[in-house]
Amino acid sequence: MEIVQIVGIGLVSTVILLILRRQKPEIAVLAGTAAGAVIFMIIAAKLSAVADLLEEYAARADISPMYFTAVLKITGIAYIAEFGAEICRDAGEGAIAAKIEMAGKVIIIALAVPIITSLLDLVLKIMP
Amino acid sequence: MGVDLIFRIAAIGILVAVLNQLLVRSGREEQAMMTTLAGLIVVLLIIVREIAVLFDTVKTIFRLN
Repeated sequence: MEIVQIVGIGLVSTVILLILRRQKPEIAVLAGTAAGAVIFMIIAAKLSAVADLLEEYAARADISPMYFTAVLKITGIAYIAEFGAEICRDAGEGAIAAKIEMAGKVIIIALAVPIITSLLDLVLKIMP
Repeated sequence: MGVDLIFRIAAIGILVAVLNQLLVRSGREEQAMMTTLAGLIVVLLIIVREIAVLFDTVKTIFRLN
């Protein structure tokens, strides 16, 4: 079961980070990044299986693939932005974390624009 | 990419910390600074490769490319 493995890795790296943070804070930040990467790699296989499944259901429900891939892209950007922002916040750089999150939001809005326009066109068409 | 990555980084970090203390005690502050920088660069190199692998995986999963 991956969850036991993940919690084990999380606890071990937390203890290691406690030791490292007192001696060498800069290496502790990098160790935190490594722990995050390792934990994500464990669930990467399951995540891609779920993404493929959802894509197949979207195709079967004849939703145009543009919408679903946009949703998937937005999720991915949100995850990466959150990954970076939390690491910066752990290192004590709240300002940089806020900037990363703002940039992530702007990119997500930019991705969502075509969906919003097609939604508005639909609404205008429906209105008498 | 497994758990050994974390242990390797922790080992380098603790080694650099000990070496740093050793050098500072023996009066060689500059060399202590050099070893700290060297350890940091080694860890950075390891981490950059792992993060590249992570971001490639995320790109393929979320169809970002």
